[in-house]
Amino acid sequence: MGALDVAPLKGDFPILTRRVHGKRLVFLDSAASSQKPVAVLDAMDRFQRERYANVHRGVYTIAEEATSAFEDARRRVARFVNARAVREVIFTRNATEAINLVARSWGSANLHEGDVVVLTHMEHHANIVPWQMLAAERGIVIRWIPLTPDYRLDLADLDRILDGASLLAVTAMSNVLGTINKIRPLADAAHAAGARILVDACQHVPHVTTDVRDWDADFVAFSAHKMLGPSGIGALWGRESLLDAMPPFLGGGEMILDVDLDGFTTNDLPQKFEAGTPAITEAIGFGAAVDYLAGIGMDAVRLHEKRVAQYAIALLRERFPSTLTLYGPDDVADRGAVISFLFDGIHAHDISQVLDEEGVCVRAGHHCAKPLMRILGVPATSRASFYLYNDEADADALADALERAARFFAL
Amino acid sequence: MPGLEDLYREIILDHYRAPRNRGELPVPPAHSAEGFNPLCGDEVVVYLAVDDGVVTDVKISGQGCSISQASSSMMSTAVKGKTVAEAHALIRAFKALMSIHGSMLEGESDGSDLAADLEGVRLGDLEALQGVVKFPVRIKCATLAWNTLAQVLDELDT
Repeated sequence: MGALDVAPLKGDFPILTRRVHGKRLVFLDSAASSQKPVAVLDAMDRFQRERYANVHRGVYTIAEEATSAFEDARRRVARFVNARAVREVIFTRNATEAINLVARSWGSANLHEGDVVVLTHMEHHANIVPWQMLAAERGIVIRWIPLTPDYRLDLADLDRILDGASLLAVTAMSNVLGTINKIRPLADAAHAAGARILVDACQHVPHVTTDVRDWDADFVAFSAHKMLGPSGIGALWGRESLLDAMPPFLGGGEMILDVDLDGFTTNDLPQKFEAGTPAITEAIGFGAAVDYLAGIGMDAVRLHEKRVAQYAIALLRERFPSTLTLYGPDDVADRGAVISFLFDGIHAHDISQVLDEEGVCVRAGHHCAKPLMRILGVPATSRASFYLYNDEADADALADALERAARFFAL
Repeated sequence: MPGLEDLYREIILDHYRAPRNRGELPVPPAHSAEGFNPLCGDEVVVYLAVDDGVVTDVKISGQGCSISQASSSMMSTAVKGKTVAEAHALIRAFKALMSIHGSMLEGESDGSDLAADLEGVRLGDLEALQGVVKFPVRIKCATLAWNTLAQVLDELDT
């Protein structure tokens, strides 16, 4: 498999030709949200101009075309993560809503006072707070898998932590550390303990081949906007038998088969969990994003990002040997191209401000992972995250901009 | 296009490098409040010793970016020795400086109110923070300590 040729690929992303403060835009915040290729922008635009209508309702031609385009997008997304069946893919607003759907629906049917949900210290707030809400409302108990000093999950006590648990909810890739967790052994351990496993794959699906069957997962959540698609749509993949047994999440149109004055019967999967008019155009964009990624090949994407991450990490270590601390595994074999760092004596916000002057976009703050930040003992970090449209020149621009920040704030 | 020098004036960097009135006061007798900026994780604790309506001592703890740290340092020196009423006036004046105004959502222009709030209040070094207004995302950094001060004063009143 050949390496990605990024130069022509950058041309697919119109925003990358923009200049900021007179400088080339160096976008290193794809872990927050990714940029969109022309293929996605055009698919959405064309759909709205030529065949937009509500889905699953009208019998006129464009309504049928819209419905078939919408369901075709679902099929592409299902294939992209190797789902067994298209109806196992529920469109949600984003990964956060997908996790909340499981917490509300599966959780309300299956979790009672004293039941245990296992989380890890590297979770995003989206995979912490829904469970804390259930803890507050119905007294479920949360247990935590800690981290090793090299920023991986500490699985030494896994069997004890999982003992008697109902659910393990774990990220496939940390949005702060970049750590990629091996899901299959975690799923095996969870199932052996009689627990289900939910995977927050928000950072994984955009960057690494994701196979829900190979993982033997029960639920997998991800968002379109982090994988070249639009914001406003995400997906929950769920094991069909579990989804079938779950009560509905939101009530309304689309999710019912029948309603009378005494009650309702729920629709079949996946509409059962899709109350109200969905994000139709966004679903079309989601499908186009998946096509674009599949066209390039996820193995090529991963190989490219490993190479760029390795280059960037080595460069930052070499240029700032004593002033910069990196948070994340060293070996790119089990990490993504998300690079969090702290610069001695300069707050992440101030770094980000100076970098912006150089056209370099990085995230500053707690990255919606405050428990992890507390464990790392840092108030905030800067985070540079690379995607398929970033290359070594972008890493160089980052290092040069950091050099300027260091001079500016010379203490 | 505003430059970095508009944001990071020398006096701001000076307060960041050498923050004034860092520390804590025992509560009680002192009063304190904790402020957070949920967007970036900045946090500040403001301690206030008040005697007979006069702020006799101020201490600041917590952590954050240069703007929030400098602003809290400048706030502490501005408020120390002032009466509670003067401290309230300073908060109003500073928020006016940051273009945040109580009437802003309703009024089309708050120009006259701004003038009224600034009248008779000497902001001194604090005016160096005016450059922050050109960087809207950072206004919250500058106002964090002031909002926290307002919280402490509110607790005094009750």
